[in-house]
Amino acid sequence: MTDIAVTNVQPDRAAVASQWQLIWWAFRRHRLAMVALVVTVAMYVVALVPGFFAINDPTLQNARATFHPPQGLHLIDTSDGFSIGLHYYPLKLTRDPDTLAAIYKEDTSQKMPVVLFGRGYEYSVLGLFRTNIHLFASADKSRPLFLFGADRLGRDVYSRVVQGAQISLSIGLVGVFISLLLGIVLGGISGYYGGRIDFVMQRVIDFVLSLPTIPIWLALAAALPQGWPATLQYMMITIILSFTGWAQLARVVRGRFLSLRTEEFVAAARLDGVSEGRIIFRHMLPSFSSHIIASVTLAVPAMILAETSLSFLGLGLQPPTISWGVLLREAQNIRSIATAPWLFMPGAAVVIAVMALNLLGDGLRDAADPYNK
Amino acid sequence: MLKFIVKRLLWMIPSLFAVSFLSFVLIQLPPGDYVTTYIATLAASNEIVDQNTAAQLRERFGLDDPMLVQYFKWIWGILTRGDFGISFEWQQPVSGLIWERMALTLLLAVASLLATWAIALPIGVFSAVRKYSIGDYFFTAFTFFGLSVPSFLLALVLMYVAAVEFGQDVGGLFSSEFETAPWSIAKMLDLLTHLWLPVAILAVSSTASLIRVMRANMLDELPKPYVTTARAKGLSEFRLLTKYPMRIALNPFISTIAWLLPNLISGSVVVAIVLNLPTAAPLLLQSLMAQDMYLAGAFVLLICALTLIGSLISDILLALIDPRIRLE
Repeated sequence: MTDIAVTNVQPDRAAVASQWQLIWWAFRRHRLAMVALVVTVAMYVVALVPGFFAINDPTLQNARATFHPPQGLHLIDTSDGFSIGLHYYPLKLTRDPDTLAAIYKEDTSQKMPVVLFGRGYEYSVLGLFRTNIHLFASADKSRPLFLFGADRLGRDVYSRVVQGAQISLSIGLVGVFISLLLGIVLGGISGYYGGRIDFVMQRVIDFVLSLPTIPIWLALAAALPQGWPATLQYMMITIILSFTGWAQLARVVRGRFLSLRTEEFVAAARLDGVSEGRIIFRHMLPSFSSHIIASVTLAVPAMILAETSLSFLGLGLQPPTISWGVLLREAQNIRSIATAPWLFMPGAAVVIAVMALNLLGDGLRDAADPYNK
Repeated sequence: MLKFIVKRLLWMIPSLFAVSFLSFVLIQLPPGDYVTTYIATLAASNEIVDQNTAAQLRERFGLDDPMLVQYFKWIWGILTRGDFGISFEWQQPVSGLIWERMALTLLLAVASLLATWAIALPIGVFSAVRKYSIGDYFFTAFTFFGLSVPSFLLALVLMYVAAVEFGQDVGGLFSSEFETAPWSIAKMLDLLTHLWLPVAILAVSSTASLIRVMRANMLDELPKPYVTTARAKGLSEFRLLTKYPMRIALNPFISTIAWLLPNLISGSVVVAIVLNLPTAAPLLLQSLMAQDMYLAGAFVLLICALTLIGSLISDILLALIDPRIRLE
């Protein structure tokens, strides 16, 4: 994509820089990828402590707020002089006298301030300790703030999207990690030994790659018993996703092994009597780990999309587990999205996450080979 | 050339065998069998099935045999009589349920493939020739967007827009008056008016990756000396592009059938379920939920076989076009 100009860096600096430094210099020039890096890091921070970023308890149902529309945040208040401060106005629920349909109207007479680092519901931080401090909290708990509106049970969509980030974003990482292990072992064996083993492994990889993944995932996911605990379900889904994901990574690893096998430095190490394990891990692996990292970054969004699709179809994670796919099931029928289009918000989260990871992976791939071009 | 094709065809046999075994194992995985599910459903409506009836049902469907025996019975029936077994849920032979749906699945996949090519080819060439122009940046942004939107989300949003803005129901592949009607010219035309939406949705995600492939290939070819030579000889830019670099850059287009087709069919599963298309997917989902194993197995088998045949065709086409491959 963008031309990586290592030449722009002073030549003496480039000559002594480590490979990772060169990659970082090349990556920094890729402006879009830098933005994607910031977005990705921010999202994973949210996924680490979703409770801190949430406003309302994501599981709390509220019968008085079914399909509550999103509320706007205001910064400047001119109703009574001039004052600055984040605030919102609670919506008043009235019913249409004929159809009994809920009508929400902004009640500007009651100004509700938003408190930074205020107290809200109690949540656990990484299972280590419990706290009730939130980034944003509303001053009055009986008039909650619905930033992205509420769903059919009156649960806060914004807090649920934030909470869902934890499962949806981590499932990509865990799934890719499992695929990577399989891919490195199988692709490594195939590429390092070559010959007949390589031939058989290639056929297996070709076969796995030619399978349509979603029907197979569906069939595998349908085999999971419904009543399993959430963590077990989560593990099984990641394993199912890795079932086909490893082939792509194995192919990348194999290709790198094949091309490195004949390099002089590998031959030199072998002539020096270095053991095979040390050749692989000390000499070969460092020189293609940047490529692997780039391919892994590109594999994560595919996993996220897969989990979302599976859960959306009802064969992935099951409620009460909160993931973006599970949340999008609320938007499944045309009637509910016609009344509450804000139920698409988890979808927006998916799109942003996947786009950021794709751009990041793309930038990494371009930067991964600083000696090229 | 003939040797290559024969070799490639012979490879299909173990692959198809592996696929059939895989599909059978997949549908055997759920704990319990159809009879257990059947009894559970009946029990939910307060009907009790006695042990004898359950045993009779198991015997009738051969559910007590070891798995390998069941597999060979199943595959033998398919190979010799085209008999995919009986759908427990529908109480009729599977072969009567699947073919029309499979045909529509194939139609959808092929239509999406053609649409993908038709969109990706000119855009890819344009992006490469006008590298770093506004248009190139626009299409790059579009491709990243297309890669990031799950197809079911796109389907949902389009359905929402159609329903709210235009008051139209865009689900399904036929208007209601044609749904059960026999095939006719009018029904075909009706199909075409409904087909464009799923095709467009599927094409968005698959063109994204193909545009990038095409652009990268063209960028590799454009600086080569033969392009300069042709230009020096005074060939018009359009003729030059279509005659030389594009032909070489097209190679990967054909090899992409192999991975585009599984992707398209995979994607079409989710889109078809959302839009409620009468293709294989909704019935597959339903049969998986109900553990209607022969029906689910037939769909998984046929869908996998379809992608294998796709990669076979792409390999043969590629060998026909590129002598380097068939001589290998």
